[in-house]
Formats: sequence, C-alpha cells, structure tokens
Amino acid sequence: MNKNKEQLLNKRYKAEQRFRLYGLSAIFMALLFLTIFIFKIFSTGYSAFQKTWLIVPVTFDAELMMLDQNPSKEDLQDADYYDIALKSMADLDPNANEDQENELKRMVSYFFEKEIKNELLNDPNLIGKTKEVYLTASDDLDQVFKGNYPRDLPEDQRRVSDYQLKIFDQLVANGKVESKFNISFFTNADSREAELAGIASSFMGSIFSILVCLMIAFPVAVLAAIYLEEFAPKNRFTDFIEVNINNLAAVPSIVFGLLGLGVLLAIFQLPRSTPLVGGITLSLMTLPTIIIAARASLKAVPPSIREAALAMGASRMQTTMHHTVPLSMPGTLSGTIIGLAQALGETAPLILIGMVAFVNTIPGSPMDPAASLPVQIYIWAESAERGFVEKVSACIMVLLGFLIIMNLFAQIIRHKFEKKWS
Amino acid sequence: MNLVLFTFIVLLGFTSYYFGRKKAYTIQSTKKRLTALPQFYGYYLAIWCAIPAFIIFSLWAIFEPTIVKLLILSDYSNQGYLDDELNLLYEKSKALSRGQFTGEITPFIEASAEKYLSLRSIAQSSKVVIVLSAIIASVAYAYKRISSNSRTREPVEKFLNAVLFTASLAAILTTVGIVFSLIFQTIDFFKVIPLFDFVFGTHWYPAKAFVRDSSEALDPTMYSDTFGAVPIFAGTFFIAFIAMCVAIPIGLMSGIYLAEYASTKVRQYAKPLIEILAGIPTVVYGFFAALTVGPFLKELGTSMGLEVSAESALAAGGVMGIMIIPFISSLSDDVITSVPQSLRDGSYAMGATKSETIKRVIFPAALPGIVGSILLGVSRAIGETMIVVMASGLAANLTLNPLESTSTITAQIVVILIGDQAFGDPKTQAAFALGMSLFLVTLCLNIVALRVVKKYREKYE
Repeated sequence: MNKNKEQLLNKRYKAEQRFRLYGLSAIFMALLFLTIFIFKIFSTGYSAFQKTWLIVPVTFDAELMMLDQNPSKEDLQDADYYDIALKSMADLDPNANEDQENELKRMVSYFFEKEIKNELLNDPNLIGKTKEVYLTASDDLDQVFKGNYPRDLPEDQRRVSDYQLKIFDQLVANGKVESKFNISFFTNADSREAELAGIASSFMGSIFSILVCLMIAFPVAVLAAIYLEEFAPKNRFTDFIEVNINNLAAVPSIVFGLLGLGVLLAIFQLPRSTPLVGGITLSLMTLPTIIIAARASLKAVPPSIREAALAMGASRMQTTMHHTVPLSMPGTLSGTIIGLAQALGETAPLILIGMVAFVNTIPGSPMDPAASLPVQIYIWAESAERGFVEKVSACIMVLLGFLIIMNLFAQIIRHKFEKKWS
Repeated sequence: MNLVLFTFIVLLGFTSYYFGRKKAYTIQSTKKRLTALPQFYGYYLAIWCAIPAFIIFSLWAIFEPTIVKLLILSDYSNQGYLDDELNLLYEKSKALSRGQFTGEITPFIEASAEKYLSLRSIAQSSKVVIVLSAIIASVAYAYKRISSNSRTREPVEKFLNAVLFTASLAAILTTVGIVFSLIFQTIDFFKVIPLFDFVFGTHWYPAKAFVRDSSEALDPTMYSDTFGAVPIFAGTFFIAFIAMCVAIPIGLMSGIYLAEYASTKVRQYAKPLIEILAGIPTVVYGFFAALTVGPFLKELGTSMGLEVSAESALAAGGVMGIMIIPFISSLSDDVITSVPQSLRDGSYAMGATKSETIKRVIFPAALPGIVGSILLGVSRAIGETMIVVMASGLAANLTLNPLESTSTITAQIVVILIGDQAFGDPKTQAAFALGMSLFLVTLCLNIVALRVVKKYREKYE
C-alpha cells in the first residue's frame, strides 16, 4: 500500500517536471526562432554595406572624347566618354578579341561611363593624362568578391564567364580590386541594376507616409480618446463606437488597402502611388491603436487630480485640457510611436494603392510617386538577381533598426516622463 | 494657392484671438468683472473666424467641380451629344488644362480647356474674396458683441465638445468607408457571377478573365468556371490551420510558463524578447519563409524522398505560426495571471502539484480567455498577406497536402490588384468580393473573440 502511494507520488512529480519542461522548451523554441531569424538576416545582409570597386587606369584622350583645345565646362559636360570608357576596359587585356572586349565592359556597372565623366569634371586638368579610376564592379563580380557566388558551377549556368573570372582574379592579385563602405546604398534611388540600387527613394517615401500618417492620426485619435474617456455619456452609441474601434484594430491590413483603392483613389481621385495616399491609408489603420493607448493613459490619471481641479472651480473642459490630458501625454505619445512603428512596417495596403511602382527618382514631397522601405523589400525579394538578396537583407536591417529605435524611444518616454501614481 | 490662403486664415485666427483677449483686458481695466477668463474671449473670436472659413471651404470643395462642369458643358448641351460623350469631353479638357493630356488635341477640346482654366481662376479668386470678407464680417460682428457680461466660455467649450465628438466618429466613418468601398464592387461582381458559382465553384483562374474591352457587351458565360472561390477559401483556412498548429502549442505553453513558473528575472527578459516576434514586419517574415524556410523544407523533403514544392503551404503556414506565437503567449499570459490566487491556493491546499493545478483548475477557469486569444490569432492568420504572397503559391490548388502550394484570399487580392486596375472589370471586382468575404469572416471572429475576452474579464473583476 505504502509502496503504491510512493509510486503514484513519483509519477505525479515526474509529470510535474515534464510539464515544466514543455513550458521551458516552448519559450526556448520561440527564442530559437528569433535567433535564427536575426542571424539569417544579418549573415546575408551585412555584406551589402560593402561595395566592390575595380581600379582601372583611364586615359583621358582628348581626341577620343571629341574635345578641342582648352575646353569649357559645357564642353566637358557634352563630351563623348563612351569611347575612352570602353577603351580603358578593353585595355585590361591587350589580347582580347571583340567578344571578350564586350565581356570586359560588362565587368563594371552599367553607368561606368558616368563615373569616368565625374572624375574628369572634378579635375579638368586630367585631359591627356592617365589616372586610375574607381569603377563600380558589376553586381555579379561584387558577389564573387564577397564570396557569395558559386564559382564552381559549370560556366553555362553562371552569369559570369570564365574569362571574366580570369581577368578579375588577375586584378585581385594586383590589388586592383577594393571593397569600400557602400555609400550609394543610402544615397541612390532604386535601380534595375543591383550594384546601383539604393534605398534613398523608398526611405523618403516611408518618411513622408509616416509624417502624413502622424499628422492625421495623432490629433484625431487624441481628440477621440478624450471625448470617449472624459465626456462621452454611457449609452448605446458610445458602446457602438467602442466596438468599432476594437474591431478596426483587428481588421486585416489589406482591407484598409482596398479602402484606399476604392475610396481615396477611385472616388477622391488622389494621385496614385504617392505617400499622401499611403499615409492616409496608414493613418486609418493606426487610429484605433493610438485611441486605445490614449484612453488607457487617460484612464491611468487618478480621479483625485480631476476632483482637485474641479474643486478649485475649473470647468470640466479646463480640468481635462489643463490637467488630465497633459498628465496622460507620455503614455499617449509612446502609444503613438508604437502605432507608427507598426505603420512603418506595413506592406500590403501600400501595394494595393500602387506604391510598388518602379521609382528611380527620390521623391521631394508626399505628392511624388514613391515606394516605402517594406515595399522595397518586397520588390527586391521578387527579383531574381543574386545581387538583390543581400540588398533585401540590408534593407531589412535598416528597417528593423528604425523599428528598434522607435520602440526604444517609446520606452524612454514612458519610463522618463510618465508619473507613477500609487 | 490654397496653402497660402489657409496659412493666411490661420494667421487671421491668431489675430482675432489677440484682439478678443485685448478687448477683455480693456474691459477688465475699467474695473468691470468679466464672466470668463480673458483667453476665452480670444478663443471665442478665433472660433468665429474658423467656422465661416470651414463652411465656405467645404461648400467650394463640394460644388465647384459640378458648377464648372455644368458651365462648360452648357455650351454643348443642345447640340445632340450623348451624356457619355460630354463627360469624356470634360475629362479630356480637364486633363489638357493640367498638361497631362496625351491624346489628339482638337481645337474643340482646346477651347473648352481654356474655358475650364478661366472658370477655375474665377472660382479661385471669388473663393478668396468670399472667404476673407465672410471671416472679417463674422469676426467684426462677434467683436462688437462681446462685452463684460456676454458669455464666452460656454460657447467655446460647447464648440470644443463638438470637435471632440466629431473626432470620435472617425472610427465609425472608417468602418463605413470600408463597407462602402467594398460593397458596390461586390454587388456589381455578383451581377455577373452568380453568388452560387462564387461560393461553391471549385475552379479559380482569374487570369482567364483578361481585361475586357469596355465597349464590348459583358458576356457572363465567358466567366463561367473562372471565379469559384472554394480552392481559395480552403487554402486560406488550411494555411491558417497549419499556422495555428505551430502557434497554439508554443504560444500557450510559453504563456503558461511565463505566468506560473518563470522567476521575475526570466519573465522580465523572456517576455519582451518573445514580443519582438510580433513587432517584426510581415514582409520580413515573408522574405524569410521564401528564401530560407521554403528551400530548406524542399531539400529536407527531397532527402526523405518526398516531393516538396519550394512554395509549400507548410513553409508559409509555419512561418506565419511563428509570427502568431507572441499574440497567443502574451494574451494567455494576461488571462492566466488574472485568475484569482484563491483558486490556486485552494488547489494547493488539497495537495495538488503545480502542473495539476494548472491543468485541472487554472486552465478551465481561464479557458474562455484563452479561446478568445486563439480566435484573435486565427483572425490574424486569415488576414495575413505578405507571408502568403511571398512564400506560398499564387495558383489556387484545391489540395490538403501541406507540401504542395496553395493560395489564399489575401494573396489573390494582391495578385489581382497589383499593377493597373480597370474598375468595372469582373476581375477587379472579384478582388473586392474576396475582400468583402475576408472582412466579414474576420469581423465575426473579432466580435466573438472580443466579447468572450470581455465577458471573461468581467467575471474576475
């Protein structure tokens, strides 16, 4: 009998331990996913912050550029750079035949001619002289240099030919290939060429959308929260508003995209693909989030504050505007930032209102067509070129960086400025 | 132009505030008692400045285009044109006057474009004149009216109250906007495609419904067997099911562990770390699923002799499940912590171990809340877009094999609406009909879930 009891007890204790282990492993799994995830993004993305340059001697031959003696600034602008650009690439291998010359040309980016032009414009004295110029390597060679390219594939499955690899290896051996910090990733707009594509246009698009979103959602949400929390009578209508808000917070984001498409674009005829429309759509999405946060922080202001103000003869409006609302602001602001961070990561509604259009200019106002960072991630992830894979990861790192900063900021506001009532 | 006018009106508002307050101070200096603080006199005048400006701006926005159109078309109204032709003419001249016209420019259109421009400029200048004179008149009137014993605080506060109330209608307006934007297209869609075919049809090939030439008559037989939504609904619920298979056990167990077992220190770090998973944008999950998980599963399957599609439902659903873990874990954590301590103490006093208490006492007590959190998770899984668009297939297969690719409501909406849309085409309308069904399904889930959670909260408060 006693032994039986002990066995039972042991069994129960074992069950207890097992249960505890399940819980622990669930948390472990969740954190493992997070780690794999972050690791994967960083390991594929970090290399995009470096860019490979080929150092090629360029002879600025006035004759080939069709320049006269003592050319003016305009002459330099209009001169023909294609021939010297082509020649300097072809000179990398004096024995190259015509096909090989073509291949040599394709070792650098599509805009190598422009890079040579800029070099001369910076220093007009170079005419007639030879200088080693940094040219952006093509995205495939960039990947080769970073070690991301499967060099051992058979040649017909590669976009880089054996010949290009041979010349490239020679350049590497001579120290004529250099890797530098990729500034153009932050200053260039999107491009079809992976080596030139940057996030500037989508970054500005995101900033504009978020600003529009903030300007609409914040005032409306705060006013609505004040009304619902401080003034609204308790009746069926305010209940209805409440149900609406709670439901809107859980409506799928793509439905807001359909709203933007069906109402903002089709009925109000607002310009397509612009951060203006994107921002309005996002503001409708963030509205409930901010209202809920603002109400919670209004609710957290103790009634004694209100009672004290009322006892001093302040009207209800004065009490609210002068005491309750300022005291609730830290909570409201941190809720707003969290809402904006959500909006910043939103993709689907922006795709529907046309912010996926290919934009190779940097938008100057919310009325110009633009993409946004998450949409840029989507666009690049859909393109097949290998060079875009690391770009996507790098873009994700930038986006995650922003989200982390925004969330930290929200935390700081909350902890630094929020009064603790006990 | 409008921006300059707007800035000017704002400046006028500040000036009227200043004058109102100044008048109050003057009254005060004559030793008369004011009925409100001086700034209320200022606010009062500023409101008298804002209201006429707002009314006139809205009237102009509503009526200007219609009136301009009427005036332009009145020239041609008696010459036997059809309404459609007149509308087209108007749109063309409008486009030309904005410099966006690409078609052939006839003198006819040019003349009406010129007229359009001149009418617009007349409208603009008359708006400026009317707005400014209305503001000055109303502010002057109000300025004269305010005196030591006029009431200013009450109207100002009433006005503020009205503004607050209007703001609170925004949520209702958004819901109305959603329904409004979906319903007309949906109704048009069901005029062409019978509801029965949509709900019970098993073939979904919207690509077959190429964009129709709008001059051709609509032939419903053209679309038979094109818009049967069963494969899509099935795919949606299937992927959501896979996601919940990942999310429920992990989310629930971590919620229980955090609420019942974890020390304060573990809780302090583990909880925010898990919640990071909820803050990662979905497009990032989509990229992860498409680039890492999909190929990994494919390789794994091949090594076991299974045929796995690179865009399998398993990859999309699995990654979606990871995304939903934090929703379930933090909601069930909240729910479990709000179970009263007395229930636990009672169970311990009877000799139950901790896990027995959780399984037999706390879990049943917290069940409604947990079910609510799971329903919210399901609603999120059904509405999730980017993961499916990037990692699952775009062709609608009717299959229950997680290793094959399927498609969902959200993915189809994106596929149909990406790029240019032709409103009035059944293909575009199909996207709105899908959106409508998505909205209705998630609405039901949300309302039920929110109600369950609310009921549960009230029970223990």
